[in-house]
Amino acid sequence: MTTSVGPRADVFVRTTLRMAGAVLVAFVIFAPLSSLVIWSFTRRWSWPHPFPQELGLFYWRKVLEGDLLRALESGFLIAVIVTAATLVLTVPLAYLLARYPVPGKAVILLVFLLPHAFPQLPVFVNATTLLYRVNLAASLSGVVLIHMVGALVYAVWTMTAVFRSIPESLEEAAWNLGASRLKTFRTVALPLATPGLIASTLLVFLYSLDEFTGTLLVGSPFVLTLPVYMYRTSVGYELQVASIAALILMLPGLALLVVLERYLKSEYLSMFGRL
Amino acid sequence: MDVRVEGLVKRYGRVAALDGVSMAFASGALTAILGPSGCGKTTLLRSLAGFVMVDRGRILFGAEEVTAVSPQARGTAMVFQHYALWPHMTVFDNVAYGLRLRKVPDAELRSRVEKVLDLVEIGRVTGVGERRPAELSGGQQQRVALARALVVEPRVLLLDEPLSNLDAKVRQRLRAEVRRLQKAVGITAVYVTHDQEEALAIADAVVLMNAGRVVQAGSPQEIYSHPTTAFAADFLGVSNQLAGVAEADRLSVGAQRLPYGGPVRGRATLIFRAADASVSAGEGGASPGHALLRGVLEERLFLGSVYRHYVRVEGETLMVDGAEPVEPGPVTVQVPVAKLQVYAA
Repeated sequence: MTTSVGPRADVFVRTTLRMAGAVLVAFVIFAPLSSLVIWSFTRRWSWPHPFPQELGLFYWRKVLEGDLLRALESGFLIAVIVTAATLVLTVPLAYLLARYPVPGKAVILLVFLLPHAFPQLPVFVNATTLLYRVNLAASLSGVVLIHMVGALVYAVWTMTAVFRSIPESLEEAAWNLGASRLKTFRTVALPLATPGLIASTLLVFLYSLDEFTGTLLVGSPFVLTLPVYMYRTSVGYELQVASIAALILMLPGLALLVVLERYLKSEYLSMFGRL
Repeated sequence: MDVRVEGLVKRYGRVAALDGVSMAFASGALTAILGPSGCGKTTLLRSLAGFVMVDRGRILFGAEEVTAVSPQARGTAMVFQHYALWPHMTVFDNVAYGLRLRKVPDAELRSRVEKVLDLVEIGRVTGVGERRPAELSGGQQQRVALARALVVEPRVLLLDEPLSNLDAKVRQRLRAEVRRLQKAVGITAVYVTHDQEEALAIADAVVLMNAGRVVQAGSPQEIYSHPTTAFAADFLGVSNQLAGVAEADRLSVGAQRLPYGGPVRGRATLIFRAADASVSAGEGGASPGHALLRGVLEERLFLGSVYRHYVRVEGETLMVDGAEPVEPGPVTVQVPVAKLQVYAA
């Protein structure tokens, strides 16, 4: 008898544990999110009431009429400029690093990593004073520059790996048939690198959209992006507004991550941890 | 178009991939460059294509010196080991690439691509032009790569171990195919391989390389039956090596004496092929024209077409192939004197 009961009990215990684990994970992930959702629809919710006393779209309406859209717009504009500028700079650089014996290659790659190697705050504070001196602080161009400092490492490192993952013989075959280096790059390397470049582009775009510290320090008081907006409203105890901003800020991230999942191959991250 | 190289040197750090290579590739012939990995054969091929710029020496296509000419302008066409077809293009676009670069008009381009796909016997595979390379088998992909190379009517066809990624059966078929194509087109071809059987089967001339130098060059028959060095003899076939001492009228291998009438004196290396020797049980005497070695048969493997016997002779293990199995124990190995190569050690 025990032999037939034993495994069944075992299965029962395992199923229970697994479900408990799933519930726990779901709680950890979704509880803060659900509180965001609840807060965004709350009109009044004061201690000690366990549930909001008054629900409604009041704050959504307020937010959508106000500054949030402006923050969203300038945040997207900055992200688009940062992404475009990063692409223009890094695609040729990454190709050179991947294909040619560039002297000091490891040093170049490390330089891009440096801003991330130090604590962010001092780096950005120093950058801010520098930007004030050249009259770029509190301006869109200043924020674009500070975003690029952080974004370049993702772009350079992933794109170098992308180009390295393309066998050289594919390009040699084109040269061999008479195609110039430029033509080969356009017809062979670039199309083959496109999925990786898309992945890399999305990383940069998301980074810029979500960047907070540098934007706050360099951009204040004139440049408003969604993370900065969220910060301002939440320190002003407008929890509803901050929740709505957080929810809206999540949407492009979620959408792009779904796309990213299609294009990102693990080998594109292979440069990290290897020089 | 005959191709000549003179005194090619290419160093990578302290290693000389090419250490003074001079040779000629006859016009319209298929020359195989044979050698172990790292012998410089691929560097030589890549320097003909222009992918490798040599440190010293000259490369001539006919009367034109191309040593400093870019790969784009050399007019060679290369077939790569891993096919190197462009995965994002269709078969048609792959083959048409070189013609489009040459601004060949559309109608002519179409007919030339179709013709060359027929030539490599892949044109009849339905819809092959519209397929991506990944949808084809390895053998078919290499046929497409051949078509891509041949369609531009190159001055020289370069093949870099083109069959080494294919399984044995496809390799054998495609080998005959490459030979047929090369003869049909009448193109000067250089074929790099590490497979001695492939080199002998396919080539008009074989160039044997080792450590960045040419060891021996000649027709396949010449190279196979008259290797001039121990390395050549060893590389061209399943071979046995014995250390010995050569004197005016005899060879000594350990305590055993063999008849000898060659020019080598002193310490020597004796080489013979497993297929040329025979083995028999017991202590029989030497047949006329044969050298006889006594030993102990330790192991025997059935290889399908032959039995391979492993015989211990004076501390060395020799391989001897035979149609009939011989039982383990004391045996004699007979080698025709004409097939016993002796080189100064």
